[in-house]
Amino acid sequence: MTAELVRGQNHPLSQARLEIRVSAGKPIVAAATLSDEQGKVTDAERVAHPGAPTLPGLEVPRQAAAAHRLAVDLDAMPDAVHRVHVLLALPTGAGGPARFGAVAAPFVAVTGLDGTEVASYTITGLETETAVVALELYRRQGAWKVRAVGQGYAGGLAELFTDQGLPQAHQLAGAIHDAVAQGMARSVAAPPPRTADGDRTRQAAAPTLGPDHGGSPYGTQTPQGTTGGRTGYPGGSAHTEPTDPSAPTQPSAPTAGGPIDYNHPRRRNSAPPPPPPTAPAAAPGLPAQPVAGDATGWSMDERLYNQVWGMFEDLARTTAAYRSAVDFAESRMDKELEQVLSDPRSRIGGQADAAREEARARHGRLVDEARQALDRDVAQLAAEADVVEPALPPAYASWDNPVWHGYRVPMEMPMALRLGDLHLPECAEVRIPMLVRLPLERGLWIDSGRAGSVDGSFHDAHDLRRMAMEAAVAHVARLLAVHPAGEFTVYVIDPAGSGAQTLVPLVQSGVLAAPPAVGAAGVADVLGKLTQRVDLVQMAVRGGAADALPPGFDTSQNLLVVNDFPHGFDDRAVTQLRYLADEGPAVGVHLMMVADREDAAAYGPLLDPLWRSLLRLTPVPDDHLADPWVGHAWTYEPSLVPPGSQVLQRVLDQVAAARTKHR
Amino acid sequence: MTKGQAISLQKNDGGSLTAVRMGLGWQAAPRRGLFGSRTREIDLDASAVLFADKQPVDVVFFRHLVSDDGSVRHTGDNLVGGVGQGGDDEAILVDLQRLPVHIDQIVFTVNSFTGQTFQEVQNAFCRLVDETNGQELARYTLAGGGAYTAQIMAKVHRAGTGWSMTALGTPANGRTFQDLMPSVLPLL
Repeated sequence: MTAELVRGQNHPLSQARLEIRVSAGKPIVAAATLSDEQGKVTDAERVAHPGAPTLPGLEVPRQAAAAHRLAVDLDAMPDAVHRVHVLLALPTGAGGPARFGAVAAPFVAVTGLDGTEVASYTITGLETETAVVALELYRRQGAWKVRAVGQGYAGGLAELFTDQGLPQAHQLAGAIHDAVAQGMARSVAAPPPRTADGDRTRQAAAPTLGPDHGGSPYGTQTPQGTTGGRTGYPGGSAHTEPTDPSAPTQPSAPTAGGPIDYNHPRRRNSAPPPPPPTAPAAAPGLPAQPVAGDATGWSMDERLYNQVWGMFEDLARTTAAYRSAVDFAESRMDKELEQVLSDPRSRIGGQADAAREEARARHGRLVDEARQALDRDVAQLAAEADVVEPALPPAYASWDNPVWHGYRVPMEMPMALRLGDLHLPECAEVRIPMLVRLPLERGLWIDSGRAGSVDGSFHDAHDLRRMAMEAAVAHVARLLAVHPAGEFTVYVIDPAGSGAQTLVPLVQSGVLAAPPAVGAAGVADVLGKLTQRVDLVQMAVRGGAADALPPGFDTSQNLLVVNDFPHGFDDRAVTQLRYLADEGPAVGVHLMMVADREDAAAYGPLLDPLWRSLLRLTPVPDDHLADPWVGHAWTYEPSLVPPGSQVLQRVLDQVAAARTKHR
Repeated sequence: MTKGQAISLQKNDGGSLTAVRMGLGWQAAPRRGLFGSRTREIDLDASAVLFADKQPVDVVFFRHLVSDDGSVRHTGDNLVGGVGQGGDDEAILVDLQRLPVHIDQIVFTVNSFTGQTFQEVQNAFCRLVDETNGQELARYTLAGGGAYTAQIMAKVHRAGTGWSMTALGTPANGRTFQDLMPSVLPLL
């Protein structure tokens, strides 16, 4: 509930990370001061303003604008700070209004990071004032509160700062106005606002190349934004500098004078994005402290997704640099050693040995240097992973993340789903969550085939089949859990009943649409039903008449899990399955094959396109996935439920309960 | 800068350069009367070749926009040029701090992909900029440089602990950087 404050009224703040949105009809300056218990600002370094926009726990925009966002982290405030004052001022110089009485009443709102309003205040009754204290955030018995102040100053910032006890009030006010004037000179005219919806569509259409693209099975889901230079300059400003929250192009906060928000409260995509959490300024010479969500995006969900993909790219590239250097060092050493051999002079005495020694030492030095660079980057990525992992929402989190214990059936489908972890042999300590976009763009193939696993242990065929089915159950449970109630329907084909034991959690909790289909008749029945569904939806889509579907038509996403393929499949069923794999994803019918390709060898090359169209996952660590940038072979490990954990059961029970209610 | 002149990329204040940008700009061919679509577009391409001990290791050009290690990035191919008023139409950004340890030279080249010689291109230039503060380190005017279709512009190479840049300005002919490799190697 938003509290609409009147002058002097206060309101408790339950969150530490806040955003303060300011809107006024004309460009204004926003600043903030930090004061002590007596309400005094001790020196100019306690003032965040356009010329010095960042203080611990506080960030203000760099220039004057009609709409502002200030980021506040109350937990990061120094202990000596007892009050934070949010100030607004009119820019001096030509063209602007000369007094607040000439502009629409400024509106300020305190919101959480997700954009929900906590309190708002419209500053009315201003006349000749040119600066105003809008809000005060203050400590009261260990907790923070916000108060609507609305104290104006006709003498502008100089008078305001003097009132707050700042010794160099006039100089600082002058400096702020200079910084603003410079900012205005720098800034270019704002482009026409992009609509939020336009942006959304572009994301949805994120590039999805065909399955045979470059032989890289994982290299197709490059998200928007991660290729855009994140690795470019981590030491420079791009990483440490927060996005300017005052960007005037954002479809913005409620307009002045009217705190009514016409946006649908749950339509997040049309609400302006809260600013990303910003990394605190780094100490000189040290990398910035990593922060979860430090990436672009319209929601925390999207930012974390982009951040994970950014880490993925960074690790791929820094490892590429290392491997390239090591390769070069080796080829150079080989060449030098060869030269020693072919040089007749070196046959005399110890010259050859010395030359060989030197070649080896040069190799060693270069490799050491490369390793140092890699270690430096890996350490930073590991630190980032340490803050990102705990911040992940269930869809992105591993099963051992505590977030699953607080699981609730979501209202919206997330952007992506974690299917497992990826790592490289040089730096096995950094695990990148493998996130794929939802709705699934390709079917999944959990390979139950016999393969030498990366860790050297060989599993017998029976074990592998069971483990593949367990992995499949974990993926299915996760897919069910991250979709809103009734929006994801799962069918299982288990012709010989060989997966029955592993399927128990899904069957008993009642989350499946129907009991697993057995026998040839069961196979034919389920395939027939889904094929018909694909046909219907396709016809409706092609005819442009989605509303022509039969009444009561279930519009949820469908997943068909097939165990033991091709057991129980006749030629007709195989054809139907291929049809589903080709045409299904576009109309929300997805496929998960739990299969050993060898079992279907009798079909020969006929089925090759089927296997190629699926994203291959393994029940044991296996290095078959390539990244889209460099093409390293990454070791994939499935996201499995920790042994003995009840989390899967609890999550499935909630999903089942929500399904029952939904009907 | 004049041809062959070397400047150290150590800054005056003692700090060394961390990021440089090679910018390339030229004026688009004018529209030709009624049949505007038959205007012969001018496509110049900027490339950067990364060398380790005189062996090419990686190339950043319009078909490979980011070096595998991520330290060199091309901002994207421009096929027609711009307004010709000094803005960069193509740029290559180099993060010197992130270059792999074995890379010791980077050579920047410009090619005319559509085959016009620089004499036929209006207001063509290429320049090197300190990306951290926007200061221009070197600038060449390509137009009027003679009947060539390519130029090997400059090399940035390791010198001591920092980097140093040598202006090359060597004219050459070729459609892409591959055609220039024989001319580049003697300059390393």
